[in-house]
Amino acid sequence: MDTLRFITCGSVDDGKSTLIGRLLYETKLIFEDQLEALKADSQKFGTQGERLDFALLVDGLQAEREQGITIDVAYRFFATPRRRFIVADTPGHEQYTRNMATGASTGHAAVLLIDARKGILTQTKRHSRIVSMLGIRHVVLAVNKMDLIGWSQQVFDEIELAYRGFAHDLGFDRITAIPLSALEGLNIITTAQSAMPWYEGPSLLHWLETVQPLEQETARPFAMPVQWVNRPNLDFRGFSGRVASGSIRPGDSVRISPSGVVSQIKEIAVWGGAQAQASAGESVTLVLNDPVDASRGDVIAAAADPVESADQFEVDLLWMGEHSLLPGRPYAALIHNKAAGVTITDIKYRLDINTGAQLAAKTLSLNEIARVNVSFDRPVPFAPYRHNKRLGAFIVIDKLTHETVAAGIIHFALRRALNVHWQALEVSKVARAEIKHQRACCLWFTGFSGSGKSTIANLLEKRLHADANHTYVLDGDNVRHGLNRDLGFTEPDRVENIRRVAEVAKLFVDSGLIVIVAFISPYRAERQMARDLFDPGEFLEVFVDTPLAECERRDIKGLYAKARRGELKNFTGIDSDYEPPQSPEIHLRTMANAPEVCVEKILQLLKARGSSPAG
Amino acid sequence: MNNGIFSDLQSESIEIIREVAATAKNPVMLYSIGKDSSVMLRLAQKAFYPGPIPFPLLHIDTGWKFREMITFRDRIARELGVKLLTHRNPRGAEEGIDPFTHGSSYYTDIMKTEALRQALDLHGFDMAFGGARRDEEKSRAKERIFSFRAPGHRWDPKAQRPELWSLYNTQINSGETIRVFPLSNWTEADIWAYIQQESIPIVPLYFAAQRPVVRRFGQWIMLDDHRMPLEPAEQPQVRMVRFRTLGCYPLTAAVESAATTLDEIVAETLGATTSERQGRVIDHDGAGSMERKKQEGYF
Repeated sequence: MDTLRFITCGSVDDGKSTLIGRLLYETKLIFEDQLEALKADSQKFGTQGERLDFALLVDGLQAEREQGITIDVAYRFFATPRRRFIVADTPGHEQYTRNMATGASTGHAAVLLIDARKGILTQTKRHSRIVSMLGIRHVVLAVNKMDLIGWSQQVFDEIELAYRGFAHDLGFDRITAIPLSALEGLNIITTAQSAMPWYEGPSLLHWLETVQPLEQETARPFAMPVQWVNRPNLDFRGFSGRVASGSIRPGDSVRISPSGVVSQIKEIAVWGGAQAQASAGESVTLVLNDPVDASRGDVIAAAADPVESADQFEVDLLWMGEHSLLPGRPYAALIHNKAAGVTITDIKYRLDINTGAQLAAKTLSLNEIARVNVSFDRPVPFAPYRHNKRLGAFIVIDKLTHETVAAGIIHFALRRALNVHWQALEVSKVARAEIKHQRACCLWFTGFSGSGKSTIANLLEKRLHADANHTYVLDGDNVRHGLNRDLGFTEPDRVENIRRVAEVAKLFVDSGLIVIVAFISPYRAERQMARDLFDPGEFLEVFVDTPLAECERRDIKGLYAKARRGELKNFTGIDSDYEPPQSPEIHLRTMANAPEVCVEKILQLLKARGSSPAG
Repeated sequence: MNNGIFSDLQSESIEIIREVAATAKNPVMLYSIGKDSSVMLRLAQKAFYPGPIPFPLLHIDTGWKFREMITFRDRIARELGVKLLTHRNPRGAEEGIDPFTHGSSYYTDIMKTEALRQALDLHGFDMAFGGARRDEEKSRAKERIFSFRAPGHRWDPKAQRPELWSLYNTQINSGETIRVFPLSNWTEADIWAYIQQESIPIVPLYFAAQRPVVRRFGQWIMLDDHRMPLEPAEQPQVRMVRFRTLGCYPLTAAVESAATTLDEIVAETLGATTSERQGRVIDHDGAGSMERKKQEGYF
């Protein structure tokens, strides 16, 4: 007996939870003690008067029961003689869209509810687009609450027609429209009812029992990401993972991506012995003929159909973070079993949920869907999501909070990286620095506006220069007059501001200079991004630690006063955050130390690491 | 691992267990000795075959478990060669806490929830497996497979991390932990059928036998030792009973049954008209009690 995973979705109050409760009740999946509890709950929280409120069977959180809404996805289980079902009841509120997407990501089919009185709403469309993006191809349009519109065929037909018009380009294989009443239980289990004699289609349960979930995984070439390397002793080395597609037998040739190494399957090791074949969906351990190297996140695939690797992709992204997407910011990502860094390099367009129009966008907010380009920090084995869900889906994780902030699906790889090759230069960074009798480095000053960054940087450069060092100061205000004059002070612009100056500093270090960067650089993630550009030991973070109150008291440029008056937006410390360094190489406490003392401290460190022979 | 109807469930669970082994710094498997733990343990054996299970088991021992459970626990740990850790909240002995005088709610808070938090903190475990299933209870049906816990082990049901596909975000900051539920998508009937198919050893209390019981709050409570004080009206009697779920004996009700084989248990489970949690006294402490306990760190 197979298992169908399906979701119920749609706008708030369309009756999703009531429908599930009704399905569980009618398929006799409600135990007596649960029915007793439901009767008591219906009295206490119910929204159906004297009748049983079936939604309370599913809305399991206190906050949900008190407010009569669904906040998070609930998974329920039932079975008929024909099939087992796992149903994900997803929330309708826009605020909880990411929970809906959580439920939809593992679904084979979707039951999209519509309140017959209201017709198609924005959330109906949003959920339809997410269902489409996540690759669900079988959809029921469940037009609910037919009892409240006098069982009108005309209204039903109008809704069905309008939905088909809206959904024609969403890639659904087939849309089945069913008029029903979850409350009265009509057209759910059977279509034997007298209220809607005009309806000739299947009942909802009949549709669920007979729909063929699109399962092409077994027909495609074999591929399995390595989840875990099993090395219990020197005699055994196996690659454990869940088969993403196809099937494999001992003796078959395989190729490992991205290394390209070829070997053959020696054994499929499972509890109690070996098995003759492994197919899509199975968790197995593969032993290869040769002692080849493969680690977590590599993909073992049929040698004749190896899995490609790339680092830049065009993808669809559903943004789920409370904070907006910042193009250029480094995020973490997980694609099948591969962890990598990722940045969103370009937002091609944001999707208008209602019309499907492609809108220009500089950033993405909670629950928005966009077509974007992404760049991973290393090549990752992949397949387009429409060919292989397991190899084409990824999540984006914030590096500081570790929240999951986006879900993405890969359309195709961009070839750009392959065509822009590094030009190998014969004079090296070390050679350029040696001719200057110094070791190049980047001193990255961070701190509030007015903390003394520029003062200390200027003094430091004078001392280094006097000792015959080759230096350059990149000052925040100065760079904003030229290279970065097109940037403002919004969060995305601040990220780009830092990205550009970090790249310039890197070039200068490459040329052999001691580079001093004096930028507020308020966010840890961007300072980390800058650090990651340099070789180990080259990047020295200098925290110019002056308390905000002191900076505001000094207010040399009068900026704090302006910001307080509201004339200056996004001013760090006033209405924009500053994230202090957690372990800077140098921590300068300016309240206790004069600028000269601070400079001396830096010179000592440079001397210790050999940057400045004279210093 | 193609085992008929269990292929998907089993493969999903093994994938979850391996993901923890691959990403956790210091994982542990909560072992409650019950049927779900027994299945989870078998799945862990399969996940790492032919190697050993690469993490210890942890049993929170309230001191009021059925004696047969403890015997079984020690035998299984010995036979499988796994490291077994046990923890009992010292406050239990210091303050003389028992389920009778302090009430099941307070007792559970101290001897289960607080004890669990103590043990996880003591060993610095960052990820802990539990055998909970989504079909058990309404708040469990809402929980993620990888359930994020803030410092202090608190669960915030209104702010769960999105969990798409089988891409489990296991990244945490120090002080944060993750509870992991490999059996999330199994039902009670699945568990029994799997035990039957795989011949997984379980505590004999699951099979019907003549046992000494008293009638309390309309349920059969077994007299497992002499520590349970009886009301004057409570007459010990011997009945043919078994347990659908196991825990602390004063808080776990037996059901009358003649099912002495796995076949009979499976048949009885499929025809059951009440849920297994009916037999758990602590679940009746009030609507939403499970959610509250979970928010405080209970499994």
